Amino acid sequence: MSTGEQRGWPLYEVFVRGKRGLNHVHVGSLHAADDRMALTHARDLYTRRNEGVSIWVVRSEHITASTRDEKDPFFDPSADKVYRHPTFYDIPDDVPHI
Amino acid sequence: MTAGQAKPAEPAVADGLQERFDATIARDQRIEPRDWMPEGYRATLIRQIAQHAHSEIIGMQPEGEWITRAPSLRRKAILFAKVQDEAGHGLYLYSAAETLGADRADLTERLIEGRQKYSSIFNYPTLSFADVGVIGWFVDGAAICNQVPLCRSSYGPYARAMVRICKEESFHQRQGYELLMTMMRGTDAQREMVQDAVNRWWWPSLMMFGPPDDNSPNSARSMAWKIKRHSNDELRRRFVDMTVPQAEKLGVTLPDPELRWNEERGHHDFGTPDWDELTRVIQGDGPCNARRVERRRTAHEEGAWVREAALAHAAKQAARTARGAAA
Repeated sequence: MSTGEQRGWPLYEVFVRGKRGLNHVHVGSLHAADDRMALTHARDLYTRRNEGVSIWVVRSEHITASTRDEKDPFFDPSADKVYRHPTFYDIPDDVPHI
Repeated sequence: MTAGQAKPAEPAVADGLQERFDATIARDQRIEPRDWMPEGYRATLIRQIAQHAHSEIIGMQPEGEWITRAPSLRRKAILFAKVQDEAGHGLYLYSAAETLGADRADLTERLIEGRQKYSSIFNYPTLSFADVGVIGWFVDGAAICNQVPLCRSSYGPYARAMVRICKEESFHQRQGYELLMTMMRGTDAQREMVQDAVNRWWWPSLMMFGPPDDNSPNSARSMAWKIKRHSNDELRRRFVDMTVPQAEKLGVTLPDPELRWNEERGHHDFGTPDWDELTRVIQGDGPCNARRVERRRTAHEEGAWVREAALAHAAKQAARTARGAAA
C-alpha cells in the first residue's frame, strides 16, 4: 500500500453545518491541491442539494485523535463519577419541577 | 496516521480483539475506521467499496454520451445533474475506501489497468435516448434494491456513504421513469424505442445482482460480517416484484415469457438470466468493456497536467504567503 499524500493532492476532512443552530458535522473526505480548492470541492461534492450553510475543511494530517481502542484508560476519568449524573441524587417524588 | 485512516491491524490474539470485533457485529453496532478488524474483513470491504466506486465512475459514461444529444434543455440539465451525482457517489465511496487504508491513486490505477472490476451493467451500449430513461428506471432501480440494505452495512463509513447515495438515487430513478412516460405519450416510433430499450436492458439489469446464491462464493462470509444484508437472489426477486407493476403502468412488456405472478409464493416467477453472458462480461468480454476502460484511462492521463499545475500553484501561493509573513 503506497502513500497517496506524496503522489497527489493531499487528503482533507470535510465538516458541514446543515443549517443555523446545528454543529458542523464530519461528512467525509476529499483530495485537493490547497485549502481553497478543498472548500470548493467540498461544496460541489457534499452540498449539491442545500445540505449546508457553512463548510470547514482541514488537512487530515492535522487532526489529532484519541487512540482507537474504546476501552482505553484515556476515557477512565469519565467512567467512575456517577455523581456527575442527575440520577445519582434521590429526591422525593413530591418535590415539584426538579 | 490521519483521522480517517487505519493502521495495519496487529494479530488478534492478545487481548480479545477478535472477540470484541465479533461482539460489535453481533450487537449490530458499526465497525469504525480505527477499530481492530480481521484482515479478511478489511480486504473484502476494500474490494467491494472500490468496485462500487469504480462502477459509479464508469457509470458516468453510458449516459454522459447523451448529454450533448439530449432533446431539450430540460433533459440536458437533468442528465448533467445525474452524471454529476454519479461522480459524487464515486467520490463518497473512494473516501470510504481510504478510511480502510486504501490509496485513491492506487485504486484508480487498478481500475484503468483492469485489475479491479466494476458493475457488468456499464459494459452495454446506450443506443437511443430511451436508454437514458431505461437506465434510470432499471439500473438505478436495481441499485436502490442493492443499496438500501447497505445503509445498515456493518462498516460505518460505507453505511454512511450509502445513506447519502440512496437519497440521490431516488431522483435518478424517477427522472428515468418520467422520461419514459413522456416518450410513451409520443409517437409510435418513440414507443418502439422505449420497448426496444426495455428489451435490451432487462436481462443485464437482473444480472446486476450477481450470480445465483449457489454460485456466489463470497456471499456467506459477507453476510456473516453483515457487510451484506440480503442474498443476490433475494434482492433480484425484490427488484422483479417492484418493477413488474411499474412496467404495466408504463405500457411496456418485460421480455420474459416465464414472468408471471405466483399467488402461492406471493412473488413473481421469472426466467433465468444467461449466466454465461454475465461471466463473459465480467471477464472483460462485454460489448463495451475495452471502450469504457480506455475512456477512463484517457481522462486520467489527459488530466495529469491539471493535477500537477494545481499542485505547483498551491506551492507558489504557500511560498508567497510565507515570504509575506516573514517580511
